[in-house]
Amino acid sequence: MAGTIAIKNGYVFDPLNEIKGERMDVFVRDGKVVKELSAAELINAKVIDASGMTVMPGGVDSHSHVAGAKVNAGRSMRPEDHYKATLQKTSLTHSGSGYTVPSVYKQGYDYAAMGYTTVFEAAVPPIEARHTHEEMRATPLLDMGGYMVLGNNFFLMRYIRDGDIEKAAAYVAWMMKTHKTYGIKCVNPAGVENWGWGKNVSSLDEANIHFEITPREVIKGLTEINERLGMPMPVHLHANNLGHPGCYAVTKDSLKIPDGVKTRQNMDVEWAETKMDPSRDRSVYLTHLMFNSFAGTTWADCESGVKDIANYINNKDHVVIDSGCTPFGEATVMTGDGPAIHDLYTLTGNKWSNTDVEMECGSGVIPFTYLKSNPVHSLQWAMGLECLLLINDPWKTIMTTDSPNGGPFTKYPEVMTWLMSEAFRKQTFSECHKWANDRSALGGVNRELSLYDLAILTRANPAKTIGMAHRKGSLGVGADGDVTVYNINPQQLDPNNYESLIRTFRKAEYTVKGGEIVAVKGEIVSVPEKRTYYSEVHVEDEREKEMLADVKEWFRYYTMGFANYPTPEKYLENPTPIKVNAER
Amino acid sequence: MSEVILTLKREIDIKLEADVITPDSFADKNAEEIGSLPIWQGPKTYPLSDFFEVKGNGGSSAAETLIRIKGDVMRVKRIGEGMSAGKIEIEGSAGMHVGSGMKGGEILVSGDADSWAGMEMLGGLLHIKGNAGDHVGCAYRGKWHGMKGGRIVIEGSARHQLGGGMDGGEILVEGNVEGFCGIRQNGGVIVVKGRALRGVGAEMAAGTIVIGGLIERFTPGFEYTGMVDGLTQGGVELTGEFKKFTGDYAISKRAKGVLYAAADANPEL
Repeated sequence: MAGTIAIKNGYVFDPLNEIKGERMDVFVRDGKVVKELSAAELINAKVIDASGMTVMPGGVDSHSHVAGAKVNAGRSMRPEDHYKATLQKTSLTHSGSGYTVPSVYKQGYDYAAMGYTTVFEAAVPPIEARHTHEEMRATPLLDMGGYMVLGNNFFLMRYIRDGDIEKAAAYVAWMMKTHKTYGIKCVNPAGVENWGWGKNVSSLDEANIHFEITPREVIKGLTEINERLGMPMPVHLHANNLGHPGCYAVTKDSLKIPDGVKTRQNMDVEWAETKMDPSRDRSVYLTHLMFNSFAGTTWADCESGVKDIANYINNKDHVVIDSGCTPFGEATVMTGDGPAIHDLYTLTGNKWSNTDVEMECGSGVIPFTYLKSNPVHSLQWAMGLECLLLINDPWKTIMTTDSPNGGPFTKYPEVMTWLMSEAFRKQTFSECHKWANDRSALGGVNRELSLYDLAILTRANPAKTIGMAHRKGSLGVGADGDVTVYNINPQQLDPNNYESLIRTFRKAEYTVKGGEIVAVKGEIVSVPEKRTYYSEVHVEDEREKEMLADVKEWFRYYTMGFANYPTPEKYLENPTPIKVNAER
Repeated sequence: MSEVILTLKREIDIKLEADVITPDSFADKNAEEIGSLPIWQGPKTYPLSDFFEVKGNGGSSAAETLIRIKGDVMRVKRIGEGMSAGKIEIEGSAGMHVGSGMKGGEILVSGDADSWAGMEMLGGLLHIKGNAGDHVGCAYRGKWHGMKGGRIVIEGSARHQLGGGMDGGEILVEGNVEGFCGIRQNGGVIVVKGRALRGVGAEMAAGTIVIGGLIERFTPGFEYTGMVDGLTQGGVELTGEFKKFTGDYAISKRAKGVLYAAADANPEL
């Protein structure tokens, strides 16, 4: 029977159910985790013998760039990224190419080979939603969804400036439905709009041109709207001033804005059984903390400001972060923060691109190489790991490389191993520039994450943070039957043998998706259908009507007709709406 | 040195991807084993013996293996790609990408070479007796770092973008080159005894270019620094007076490229 499987005798790590490496069986029937299988069902079920191995829920990446216009711009402007990274087709799988920005097929297979089953695209410009969905639909194996870029949206900036939160909320609700997106992304609030005029904003209280709105007002407005609507996830915030020495101060002040905003996650879904409360309790999800944590005043005196922000987060409960680690090597930087890309161009002289996305946002792409010989790059490597090691509570952290900005997601195995092995960190310190040690606190950290911690950072917490814990990130009854089996015996785990750990994380022994084995030792063995999630946010008809009258009036400034604007469901594979704000 | 003779059996329609034709992959193999190596043609692979008659066995190592190719292999790409030692002698003309990424050893092409000869070469000698196409010793498309080491000798002429993004090594051209010779060069030496079209050394950051003939439409970002009488560059001795320039300052003011242009051929500079 498809989707029915028994995974026996593994050491199970399921943080949402507080299971810390107990030897037990996991059963999946018709794609969902069940308590047990009957004798008759067991006869037809596939069985994996996971004795001596580690069993975790399928990997969940809550922040990656895998679909849409800027990702594709990265592919097309970097033929040199593709000619040496090629994938031959098989009778089952498609061919593909690309190292930092792989083609959609290769992305799906590469993620599944590492044990990941769920990946969210972290920046969807509304007008590019169709393109984004086309690529997500073509990405095999992965359950996906996307966050909508709203921090410099003309309609929202106007509503928020005028204090019309009701209409602003109605607009966000309508946009989520219209473009089949999942949550709110906020990139360089108020600043990207200024970039259209060759400027940026440098402080939280600097009003931008024409809209006369400050970053503080945008962050406050969006975080309030988020809770008013009961969105699944907190606002995914890319703070102002990113990538500049001294930017950590703005980052910390930005995090203070939503302190005290009461979280209200209002989703009409069936929840998988979990021991912990799986509902969301954070009001802001700060993205790629590393890039937002430089202290100092210039690149000559810059140092890590992570410790300071980590102290703040350690004392507060409304913040969750993803790290944006930089594991050295090739990367392609792509962001909605157009001015940040221009800064990197003036720094490197590399080829670059920049786009103004009409009335909505902006974007830019530039190739980048993180070198061990470079002092700043070495410091960034240390800062990325500090983000995950200096914040004490793993439920406040998520491991990412902001793929492909800090490095491609295929480098996750190295990042996981640095977190688990002080010996590996010491090895890297000895190979890279001394700034990594001299200008960060990482050298003094002897914390080594356990497999249980790792399961929080790569499964349970991304799922909980973005409101997918009702079906992802746990092995509770009713959860999706997504399981990773790593060939690691926790009883014999030796963090000092880091090379073997990296190898093991690169190729999961088994990746199971919806109860079907999709990859064995990194080889794709089946390609079942995937789902796309989006938030179908309810808002009262009357409110929507009023708001739409404004939108239609302003629509003449778009290059596109209003009737062509929405993204129809046929652009999604297995569209799976999540009803939000339905219960009043 | 053991000699393996490959003789083309028939005319090639869709071009072959023949990166298996290297002393490295022929070493330690007999004629039959060599004949069964796979070659891509379009979406499929075929054994090498479908296209070539194979005579002789590979040597005990790459360095002990000589491959002699008979017939016109203008439609056979990537001969000698990444080879580390040994020798390939092509008795006719070679297809695209001959010697690309080669690390050592020697390739001799008696006829012409199609584009991308010696692309991203690291070491060894690529000697072309006829003419070469575009992108000799260049970086792959989109990349800014080309040839890093080794030597390319072209007895005839070459076309556009010779030595694009070159980081090191030497290229010697007895004849002429066309546009953008040494574009974005970061190191190494290019010596062209004949003339060059526009864009010589455009955006170069370091390295040396010598042009022995007329440069048509000189790149504007270079500054004249003085006259030099006689030069030795890339192991080649050149007589006569040269005008010395540095640049290209069009984008970076810190550029360290050096460009010599023969004085008598370029009276207007």
